[in-house]
Amino acid sequence: MEVPILKQGDFLIATIQAALTDEDLLHLRTALVQHVVRSRSRGVIVDVTSLDVMDSFASRTLRDLAHMIRLRGAETVIVGIQPEVAFAMVQLGLRLEDVATALDLEEGLAYLNQKFKSSA
Amino acid sequence: MDDETRVRINSDQDIVVARQKGRSLAVALGFSSGDATLLATAISELARNIVSYAKTGDIVLKIIHGSANSGIQIVARDNGPGIPDVQQALRDGFSTSGSLGLGLPGVMRLVDEFHIASVESQGTTVSIKKWKH
Repeated sequence: MEVPILKQGDFLIATIQAALTDEDLLHLRTALVQHVVRSRSRGVIVDVTSLDVMDSFASRTLRDLAHMIRLRGAETVIVGIQPEVAFAMVQLGLRLEDVATALDLEEGLAYLNQKFKSSA
Repeated sequence: MDDETRVRINSDQDIVVARQKGRSLAVALGFSSGDATLLATAISELARNIVSYAKTGDIVLKIIHGSANSGIQIVARDNGPGIPDVQQALRDGFSTSGSLGLGLPGVMRLVDEFHIASVESQGTTVSIKKWKH
């Protein structure tokens, strides 16, 4: 299951549309990092609205993805974590640590715009 | 036909299959969306342990009936290396966010009942139950 990556100005938007296997998640991580390099993006949004389960592997992979992209000097925002998924993640003891999250795509874009406006 | 579904776990794709079957069963039984998510997440972690540590095994999903309500039992079984120190594996801190650990304390928090039996070099069986609330 390939995750489409859209380029919008300085940002990349990856929208997960179905359940992903571990391999799909690792592929997404690699593809996004490469895309950030290729298109010199400053921000990345990963939309997980349609993910109905975020287990330890998915959390770790998204966290790693954000850290790798930060090493490239770009910022990642995870958007759309469903309330039930958030509840399960906390019960399970999973954390995204210092990775930014936002309610939805719109809020994620606002976050990135704000971030780059203030640093410009 | 018994209310029992068996999912063979051989690869990461089977993890997704197992948790989706668990969610469908939970929804069909009338679980809340939140409880179905907790169960699906627990199944995902148990299936992941099988793939990571034992390579293959199976997960059996079964509808159970208590005196007051019904629920779902999940049995995750493998013939892998087993867990040398089960008590340690059940302690928080030995698990979760890092790459090491089985995440078993987390799974315990997601469900109502949790039971584990493990014999070194013979395998591990984890049985969990979640009741409809």
